[in-house]
Amino acid sequence: MEVPILKQGGYLIATVQAALTDADLLQLRRALIERVVQMRSHGVILDLTALDVMDSFASRTMNEIAHMIRLRGAETVIVGIQPDVAFTMVQLGLTLEGVATALDLEEGLKYLNQKFKTARN
Amino acid sequence: MLRKRDEDVVVMTQNTRNTPDEVTPRSEVTARLLRELVAHLRQNRTSLREEWVRRITEAHLLTAMTKEEIFAEATSVYDSYVAALETGTFEALQNYARNLSERIIPRGVETHEVVGIVLLLRDVLARSLFAKYQDDFEELNRILDAYEPAANRIANTVAVGFVQERERVIRQQQEAIRELSTPVLQVRERLLILPIIGVIDPQRARQLTEQLLRGIRTNRAKVVVIDITGVAAMDATVANHLVQTVEASRLLGAIVIVTGLSPEIAQTLVTIGVDLGKMNTVGDLQGGIEQAEHLLGYKVVMMAEAG
Repeated sequence: MEVPILKQGGYLIATVQAALTDADLLQLRRALIERVVQMRSHGVILDLTALDVMDSFASRTMNEIAHMIRLRGAETVIVGIQPDVAFTMVQLGLTLEGVATALDLEEGLKYLNQKFKTARN
Repeated sequence: MLRKRDEDVVVMTQNTRNTPDEVTPRSEVTARLLRELVAHLRQNRTSLREEWVRRITEAHLLTAMTKEEIFAEATSVYDSYVAALETGTFEALQNYARNLSERIIPRGVETHEVVGIVLLLRDVLARSLFAKYQDDFEELNRILDAYEPAANRIANTVAVGFVQERERVIRQQQEAIRELSTPVLQVRERLLILPIIGVIDPQRARQLTEQLLRGIRTNRAKVVVIDITGVAAMDATVANHLVQTVEASRLLGAIVIVTGLSPEIAQTLVTIGVDLGKMNTVGDLQGGIEQAEHLLGYKVVMMAEAG
């Protein structure tokens, strides 16, 4: 299932709505890194609220997306990881090292706003 | 067919051992003897019961209960005992034992007391049988053959019932302690504290983490202070659990501050080489809360200063 990517001001918001296959994940990665420069966005929010399972491939892909987007000159924040998912991920050693996380979409937006406010100053 | 033959063999051997001239099947004999036994126990109910209570008091069992209570319980136990002997079914006795245990466990009655009183009853009844059949050794032997297995089974049932009830209570209490021992408290908007006290085993660590993650979500927490002042010792497993908790919290977007690491724990962790580098540690709970407030943008001002 394709993940819709919405533009909201200077940010892109990708909300995952159902379990993703490996192909879906790669498609999402390609779409995001393409679009982030195309749309002149400086922030990307990946909303994973709907995911109740996260395997190592998905986790690694999220990590890659965040780092690729950084290379494309924007910031990524991953939001909405469920408590159970977080616990399982940590047990598997998938900790999304160096990637910003936030509780939900609202917090993610707040994080990016904060970040760019301090950057501008 | 085969089974039937086996039973016959059993009956044969037992008969040869006890009474060579016996021809009636063993079960029928047992039933008759049990009937006789039950009649005897019914007849002497009062005196046997009193004798039993006397022996209980003498042995200093059930000291947590008054004499009247012991007598009342003894009566019920006696009657259920006789009923179990009569019917050969143990459900009623089992239920009674469970019920009795439920009542007496909170009063501090110990396992040895319960087993003790049931064994005393067995002895009292056996004595009365000796007294009754002392002139007829053959009959005494037969009646004991019928009585002993049934009595042992009753003793077993009561003891097992008691222990099971006790274990159920213990499990329940463990559950309660576990629930109580991991409070996730909100001290300010978006700031949680999790004081940990006592020993952390892997199961508790897991529960702690789950509760904390749930707490972060429901309280929309941004900063969590985990205070481990009350944790006496920590090994590599527990330390790793702590690291996992911190990382899982971060995945939910919360920052964790660990406070109250004792000198001993600090030494152990460094010696065994657990990497706590990623962890945010502050000396005491007060410092932790102050740092958390700072992260959240709070500023605590004395009222006098604020004017």
